[in-house]
Amino acid sequence: MSVRLRYYAPAVGVFLIVLVLWEVTVRALNIQQFLLPRPSAIAAAFAEHFDELMTVGRNTLVEAVGGLAIGGSAALLVAFATARWTTASRALLPFAVAANSIPIIAFAPIMNNWFGILNPLSKMMVVAVLVFFPIMINTLRGLTLVDPASLELMRSYAASERAVFVKVRVPNALPYFFTAVKISATLSLIGAIVAEYFGGAQSVLGQFIITEAAFFRFANAWAAIVVASAVSIAFFLIIVAAERVALPWHRANGGG
Amino acid sequence: MSDAVVSLRGVRKVFGAGSDATNALEKIDLEIPKGAFVSLIGPSGCGKSTLLRLIGDLTQPTAGTIEVNGKSAHRARLDRDYGVVFQSPVLFDWRTVERNVELPLEMSPIGKAARVERARAMLALVELTGFERRYPWQLSGGMQQRVAIARALSFEPAILLMDEPFGALDEMTRERLNIELLRIWQQTGTTIVFVTHSIPEAVFLSTRVVVMSARPGRILDVIGVDLSQPRNDLTREDERYFGFITRVREKLRGRDVGRPSAVEVAAS
Repeated sequence: MSVRLRYYAPAVGVFLIVLVLWEVTVRALNIQQFLLPRPSAIAAAFAEHFDELMTVGRNTLVEAVGGLAIGGSAALLVAFATARWTTASRALLPFAVAANSIPIIAFAPIMNNWFGILNPLSKMMVVAVLVFFPIMINTLRGLTLVDPASLELMRSYAASERAVFVKVRVPNALPYFFTAVKISATLSLIGAIVAEYFGGAQSVLGQFIITEAAFFRFANAWAAIVVASAVSIAFFLIIVAAERVALPWHRANGGG
Repeated sequence: MSDAVVSLRGVRKVFGAGSDATNALEKIDLEIPKGAFVSLIGPSGCGKSTLLRLIGDLTQPTAGTIEVNGKSAHRARLDRDYGVVFQSPVLFDWRTVERNVELPLEMSPIGKAARVERARAMLALVELTGFERRYPWQLSGGMQQRVAIARALSFEPAILLMDEPFGALDEMTRERLNIELLRIWQQTGTTIVFVTHSIPEAVFLSTRVVVMSARPGRILDVIGVDLSQPRNDLTREDERYFGFITRVREKLRGRDVGRPSAVEVAAS
């Protein structure tokens, strides 16, 4: 534990120094609150609006997680189908590649129209489309980029296609899948908050930030941004933990 | 003829077609008796690995017939008559050592308990008891290759096909594994077909050395090596051992006088 403490000490130190510098600079240069609030003001705003911030943070997290679940499941289905049947691959892959080039966030008003502006599903669908491609393409890569010698080995056992899939391709794809989900965790929060900017239920991070900024209560907006960052980091860490449980053999996880 | 486990008649293998066609193997006739240890040796590109893969039905001949245990090579593969060991161990990173050895057994209808027992016995055979729960990356290259051998033998295949299994290992590890492989061969009575670049390795291990020429790959000679069994470190100092090495080397050089062949470079 003390080793861990020593390992993280420099990072914590930098964080504290930045906070102090920020505070001192804002006071010394007499910078206006609406341009850049002091950390102490943000902390005060955080304490004052704690309950509301927790509520809006939770609501946005639900959208992000829901969207990731929907988009991730769809991505897995398509990746599996594509890896298993070459015809499916030829039919679906061009669309997946095209989808990646679309600025998904532009769809937010359309999703509001389709699923109802007040329905969290409209935000989830933006997130789902946003995370679909990285998860799909990464998983597909893991399913198909298999050591040819492994396939030859399975062939020498007269293994069925199914056995090759379950025993070689799927385990091979797991690290690729987790890498994509880690990227997507961050992506899903960005997607959810930006989608909220396009209107909808009020009790969410995006709307909270817009409203507070509109009334020049920037310390409150900054407090919400801190919450958004904390939620995003926590989400990421949860997936890292899940990866460690799911892939005990992985070198990056320190092995068995 | 009757005790031949593998018999190849008039086998030819051509890669590609038209003007790009390469004759990899030509006029291959070979009989491998039951329980033999046969090495295939020749310069790079002589098709010795292709020949091994043909026997194992990992590739198909352009012409000729291959019979294994009196049936086609294809049938033999479906019957799981082959254990294969490649130059790289090809272990699955996500499986422990023990579960890697269990892999081929999972393809047959035997229960979990029997599988584990069998895997443990195989790991004992290659002297890796105590490493069952390790992951492959935690083992040295030589240990990984021993796991691969344990895995190949776990389902008691009729024939063990080995494609330069010790080629990536250092000389000392290689010599130790040679002796271990001979012990395993004698304990199990498995027929072994072994591809190698190394003349001393071929002579030390084999009861027969198949000497091949390059492009197109042909069998130049089959040299019976009747050094006494069991062989050990003393065998490597035996005068007759050196005699066989010279015979194989001269046979290899026969067609290619003057410039040194790939075999000599690899063996030096």
